[in-house]
Amino acid sequence: MNIDSIKNGMVIDHIASGKSMEIYELLQLEKLDCQVAIIKNAQSRKMGKKDIIKIDSDVSIDFEILGYIDTDITVNIIKNGVLVEKRHLSLPEKLVNVITCKNPRCITTVEQGIDRIFKLTNKENGEYRCAYCETKAKE
Amino acid sequence: MRHVIDILDLSTKEIDELLCVAEDIIENPEKYREKCKYKKLATLFFEPSTRTRLSFEAAMMELGGNVIGFSDANSSSSAKGESVSDTIRVVGCYADIIAMRHPKEGAPYAASFKTEVPIINAGDGGHNHPTQTLADLLTIKREKGRVDNLTVGLCGDLKFGRTVHSLINAMSRYENIKFVLISPEELALPDYVKKDVIEKNNIPYVETRSLEEAMGDIDILYMTRVQKERFFNEADYIRLKDSYILTPDKLETAKADLVIMHPLPRVNEIDTKVDDDPRACYFKQVLNGKYMRMALILKLLEVEV
Repeated sequence: MNIDSIKNGMVIDHIASGKSMEIYELLQLEKLDCQVAIIKNAQSRKMGKKDIIKIDSDVSIDFEILGYIDTDITVNIIKNGVLVEKRHLSLPEKLVNVITCKNPRCITTVEQGIDRIFKLTNKENGEYRCAYCETKAKE
Repeated sequence: MRHVIDILDLSTKEIDELLCVAEDIIENPEKYREKCKYKKLATLFFEPSTRTRLSFEAAMMELGGNVIGFSDANSSSSAKGESVSDTIRVVGCYADIIAMRHPKEGAPYAASFKTEVPIINAGDGGHNHPTQTLADLLTIKREKGRVDNLTVGLCGDLKFGRTVHSLINAMSRYENIKFVLISPEELALPDYVKKDVIEKNNIPYVETRSLEEAMGDIDILYMTRVQKERFFNEADYIRLKDSYILTPDKLETAKADLVIMHPLPRVNEIDTKVDDDPRACYFKQVLNGKYMRMALILKLLEVEV
C-alpha cells in the first residue's frame, strides 16, 4: 500500500495497534481540510503491529493529549520534505476536557460548562485523578 | 484570591499562624469584636448541616460581621435549576466571603473558578471538610500543647470517613507523628491514603482490629462511627459493632492525658458515661471549630490582627 510522503506536516508514529481512531477523535482531526492518512496494523520490528497517522499540513496539535494516550508515541515533524524534529512525549501534568470523571457524586457529572480537569498524581504509574473529587481516571 | 477547598491548600506555616490567631481570639475576644464590621459572610448550604452552618455564622457574628445565605437547596435558586456557577457569581456580588456546603464532591472547587470572593469548603459530599480538620488541630494543640510528636489512634470507619483522611493529610506534615489505625477489615484505611500519604511521608503506623490493644500507646483517640450500611453482611456488623464503642472500661489502660475526639454527630460509638471523663474533648472540638473559622475568615479577608 502506498501513501504519499509528506512535504510539510507530521507523522504520528509508534501508535499502539488499534489506538489511531481514538487519537483521531481526541485531536479532532476530522476538522482539518488537509490530507490525513490513518494506517492501521503497519508492520513494526519493535512493536509487531502499530498504527500511524500522517497529516499533510503544518498544523498545531495538542501534544499533551498524545502523551496521555501513550508516551511511546513519537511525532516526526516534516518541513520541505525533510525530517526536522523527532518529538518524544511525556505525561502531561494536567488534562483539560480530555476525559470525564466516572464518579457519579462528582460535580462535573451535573454542572454544565465547567472544564473537566484531571491532574497527574503519580508519575511512576501514570495515575490521573479528577481535580474536583480526586477519583482515579482509570481503576 | 485565596480559597480553602482542601486542608492542603494551607501550608503548615499558615496552619500554625491560624492556630496562634485562634488562641489569641480565645484569650482576647474583645480585640476581635469589630474586625469584620461591615463585612458579609454568605453561608450557602445546598444540603442541611446545622452544626457547621451555625459555627460559621457564630464565627462571623463574633467578628462583628453580618451573615446572609440559605440553609437548604430548596430555599435557593438551585431548586429552580440554577447551576452552582451562576449561584456563586450572583452571591459573589453581595458577599465578601462564602462558606459553601454541597452534596456533590468538588462543587466548592468548581465555584472557586467563578468568583473573586474567597470560598471556604464547608463540606462537599464525602470528600473534604477542611474546617473540621482545623477544629481538630486546634483541639490537639490546646490539649497537648503541640501538634507534633504524637501517636494518633484513629478508630472506627477509616474507609469512608472524610474527617479521618483529612486529619491524616494534615498531621502527616508534622514531625514525629505515628498513626495507629483501628478498624474492622471492611472499613480499613484505603490504600491511596496509606500509600500516598502515610508511607510516602515515611510515617510509622500500625493497623489493628482491637481498640483495647491500642489504647495504652496512643496520645490522641479520634473516634468515628461504624455505620451499618457500610457492611455487606449483617452478621459481620453485629460481630464488630460493639468492638468500637468506647466505654469507661476500655479507657482503664489509657494514658492519663489521652485526648478523646470525635467529629460528631455521634450515635452510640462513645458511651455517654465517657462524657464526664476529663479526657473527653469532643464538645471542646465544637467550640474550637468556631475559633478556627474566625481565624480563617480573618485570614481570607486579609484583616490585620
